[in-house]
Amino acid sequence: MSGNDYHDIPGTFVFDAEQSRQGYHLNMFCMSLRQAKNREAFLADEAAYLDRYPMSAEQRQAVLSRDWNEMLRLGGNIYYTSKLAATDGITFQDLAAIMTGMDRDAYRQMMVAGGRPIEGNRTKGDWDNG
Amino acid sequence: MAKIVGGYATSHVPAIGVAIDQGKTEEPYWQPVFSGYEWSRKWIEELKPDVAFVVYNDHATAFSLELIPTFALGCAAEYQPADEGWGARPVPTVHGHPELAWHIAQSVILDEFDITIVNDMEVDHGLTVPLSLAFGQPHAWPCAVIPLAVNVVQYPPPTGNRCLQFGKAIRKAIESFPHDMRVVVFGTGGMSHQLQAQRAGLINPEFDQKFLDLLVHDPAAAAAIPHVDYLRDAGSEGIELVMWLVMRGALGDNVTELHRHYHVPASNTAVGHLVLEPK
Repeated sequence: MSGNDYHDIPGTFVFDAEQSRQGYHLNMFCMSLRQAKNREAFLADEAAYLDRYPMSAEQRQAVLSRDWNEMLRLGGNIYYTSKLAATDGITFQDLAAIMTGMDRDAYRQMMVAGGRPIEGNRTKGDWDNG
Repeated sequence: MAKIVGGYATSHVPAIGVAIDQGKTEEPYWQPVFSGYEWSRKWIEELKPDVAFVVYNDHATAFSLELIPTFALGCAAEYQPADEGWGARPVPTVHGHPELAWHIAQSVILDEFDITIVNDMEVDHGLTVPLSLAFGQPHAWPCAVIPLAVNVVQYPPPTGNRCLQFGKAIRKAIESFPHDMRVVVFGTGGMSHQLQAQRAGLINPEFDQKFLDLLVHDPAAAAAIPHVDYLRDAGSEGIELVMWLVMRGALGDNVTELHRHYHVPASNTAVGHLVLEPK
């Protein structure tokens, strides 16, 4: 197992052992938002609620500022961070748009037109040369 | 004796469930998605399976990072649809088949597939969206359901080959159950999609169509696709397709393709749907 064969994929965080270890408390915080009473408690006082989870200062800031890609970089997993998005009333498609840096309508239009093509999006080299 | 009478593969996009629940299936955006399921709705209605064995993945719902089983087999009498952060789907309680499920658990463990046995779990859209696509909006699901949750969230998921071999062991298990029973095996998830980070929205129809062809005619080749190929070419969440290989393994060596449907997009995802019959 090379283990690193997927690190050449652009714009992608693979939720591997390293990410999972780093992101454990961040993801478990997101998991808690499955329950309506926790969603209410979080929205009432975000900072106090986050004190329950021993995440890093960087992770905590990424949550407070809703920096979705930064959460992923710091070990967040999309199925967990999407629960925070749902708490904010953001749909999965709109969350995807935000992470790509596109506006909502442009992203939706891209998907209706067939999505982001694989050509030009296969390797980090593709992006560097683009 | 129990018998596998069909294979049903489909994507399980949550937005498809929302469209069904909110009565939007005839809208121009959704109509081309749902029209491809009309044939198979009639097919399964006439087939009248006793049990649907549904291979799906949990999306941080019943399982979190506290516990990450690679293969978890539901042996419970019932499963409640889960609240995934926006309220539970308005779909019927899922009734299990503990006797057959426990039989399968014992059989595959003795066959050296060391699964996790689950007696209490909620089920998320990964399981309920395929049921809605197959059976519509009944007051009660028309058959018992045995859930098999596969980890595809924490890398690495099981290999395609492991999934195919496991499917074969499930076939052996079902066929050794000493009561007459008709079982349809569902493989769910996929097709190409990426939900995260700057490359979100990736769709690869060439990969998807090739995968469908291989799954039908050359499952060993489909099972040999390495994880990095799914991640790179089908998007980071396209790796869910390994679950279709469990279904394919359970159908036996040779199958007839009865129906195929492919559409882009449903929300962020390419929708694929296959109906297979064992030869």
